Amino acid sequence: MTLSWFEKLMPTSIRTDSSTKRGVPEGLWTKCTSCNAVLYRAELERNLEVCPKCNHHMRVFGRKRLEMFLDESTTEEIGASLIPFDKYKFKDSKKYKDRLLQAQKNTGEKDALIVYKGKVKGVPVVAAAFDFRFMGGSMGSVVGERFLQAATTALEEKIPFICFSASGGARMQEALFSLMQMAKTSAVLAKLAKNKIPYVSVLTDPTMGGVSASFAMLGDVHIAEPKALIGFAGPRVIEQTVHEKLPEGFQRSEFLLEHGAIDMVVDRRDLRDRIASLVLMLSNKPATQTG
Amino acid sequence: MNPNYLDFEQPIAELEAKIEELRYVGDDSEVNIGDEISKLEEKSRSLTKTIFNKLDAWQTSKLARHPMRPYTLDYIDRIFTDFQELHGDRAFSDDAALVGGLARLDGMPVMVLGQQKGRDTKENIRRNFGMPRPEGYRKALRLMKLAERFRLPVITFIDTPGAYPGIGAEERNQSEAIARNLFEMADLQTPVICTVIGEGGSGGALAIGVGDRVMMLEYSTYSVISPEGCASILWKSAEKAPIAAEAMGITAKKLKEAGLIDQIIREPLGSAHRDVDETARNIKQALIDTLENFEKMGMEKLLEERYRRLTSYGEYLEETTA
Repeated sequence: MTLSWFEKLMPTSIRTDSSTKRGVPEGLWTKCTSCNAVLYRAELERNLEVCPKCNHHMRVFGRKRLEMFLDESTTEEIGASLIPFDKYKFKDSKKYKDRLLQAQKNTGEKDALIVYKGKVKGVPVVAAAFDFRFMGGSMGSVVGERFLQAATTALEEKIPFICFSASGGARMQEALFSLMQMAKTSAVLAKLAKNKIPYVSVLTDPTMGGVSASFAMLGDVHIAEPKALIGFAGPRVIEQTVHEKLPEGFQRSEFLLEHGAIDMVVDRRDLRDRIASLVLMLSNKPATQTG
Repeated sequence: MNPNYLDFEQPIAELEAKIEELRYVGDDSEVNIGDEISKLEEKSRSLTKTIFNKLDAWQTSKLARHPMRPYTLDYIDRIFTDFQELHGDRAFSDDAALVGGLARLDGMPVMVLGQQKGRDTKENIRRNFGMPRPEGYRKALRLMKLAERFRLPVITFIDTPGAYPGIGAEERNQSEAIARNLFEMADLQTPVICTVIGEGGSGGALAIGVGDRVMMLEYSTYSVISPEGCASILWKSAEKAPIAAEAMGITAKKLKEAGLIDQIIREPLGSAHRDVDETARNIKQALIDTLENFEKMGMEKLLEERYRRLTSYGEYLEETTA
């Protein structure tokens, strides 16, 4: 690997505006997408993209997410050479090929899942994170294969695996291949479970469809960020099916906690501490000094 | 229009109507029209063959959802003996959209389960149009784990528009119910054979679709999202469903070519509902042959091969830059 971890991270845009080019300096000020407070960009960043006024957790994407989560010493990317392939020459209102190129240009990524082997508070882990900007974080063959390689690395090195989900579900343009990624990712997690490798699933806004109905809901521990939308069917589809108004807070993290679907809702700024502590206990290792 | 025939089958329907008419006349006519009838019957057969030889994905999808298409219990009746239905997930309720139980296949005890659609409105409401809720998938898992414990092969029949998008289903964590089945089936210590008999709709289908052999009836479909769903998201219009169906390659033939399924089971001329017994015989034979093969392989090899298969799904490229 020629680029250092930091060099690789630097140019990644953290704005939700997908037309932002990589490398263009961010504006000095930004607005909270929830309370509309005007925020100082640098301060928001220091606060891990959590609004200091209202605690709203703004979406963070792939590489940026891993940068926040992992120790600075992290260097080794997994599955970076994998690139998507338009087997079906799929074309709706746009060609899938063009959608891919556009997403690649907007994000600087080849596909929607980024994986690194690194450390969190000194504890060696494999961590994966979705870039929701990349075609809605949809799962196709590359996402599935990177997930497999991530989990397999964790298995071989006997270190915990953590995945940050943010996805609309399966990538329709890859047809049944995308559905089969659910089976693929679940199969490797069965292997991890058998071999007593801890797997922590972090559900972030939004985690839906085929991602939710596979590895995101197969964690040894399920952690959600506050107010994330998490579910199988989208709220609009449900509303159209049942012709009912959905209950307040439906499919939000707190709703899932109340219904027993997740273990905890954790503030983004506490994730490193909480996850490092959890995986150490699951690995039956002593608590270590934070590093 | 004859409701037993789909739009693209109307020329066949017309011929059949004519034959029927002639038969009527034949009873009290002095003219020998037997020859005429058999000629027309032959013509009807060859017309059916011609039409069915070049079905497109959307037409196939209509056949897969044909109101007369045989459902899981129709096949269980014909393929197995001693069927004893087992009910409930032991936690919440019994989901009638997913049925299962113990039965014998050619004398051998097995666990058989599948989604079940209703034949009329009343039954469809009870069966939720073959769309299971979490408790349906959890019942399926319970039965599969039971089969594992007693080393009985698991045979599943897939026929669902998908998992049910409802408030209660989400409250009871539909996602986890599906995910858990994928996880458990990947390493279930007993042979698993899955057959798509009608509609293979998305995660709701896959939740009983992970196994050692995946087969499809000739005119069934299997897709990541319904053609209508795909069309309304990507084309912003559900009316583009025929195009979406084609684009996603949802037919048995296309999926076999893509290596995503192992075997296509032939349907009789004019598709399964024209001769349910024959279709059932074809499925039965395929099941027996497959199980015989698995017996020779042994459990360890079978599980290794299952894992290899599951983890090899995918089409991607590798960049060769340093």
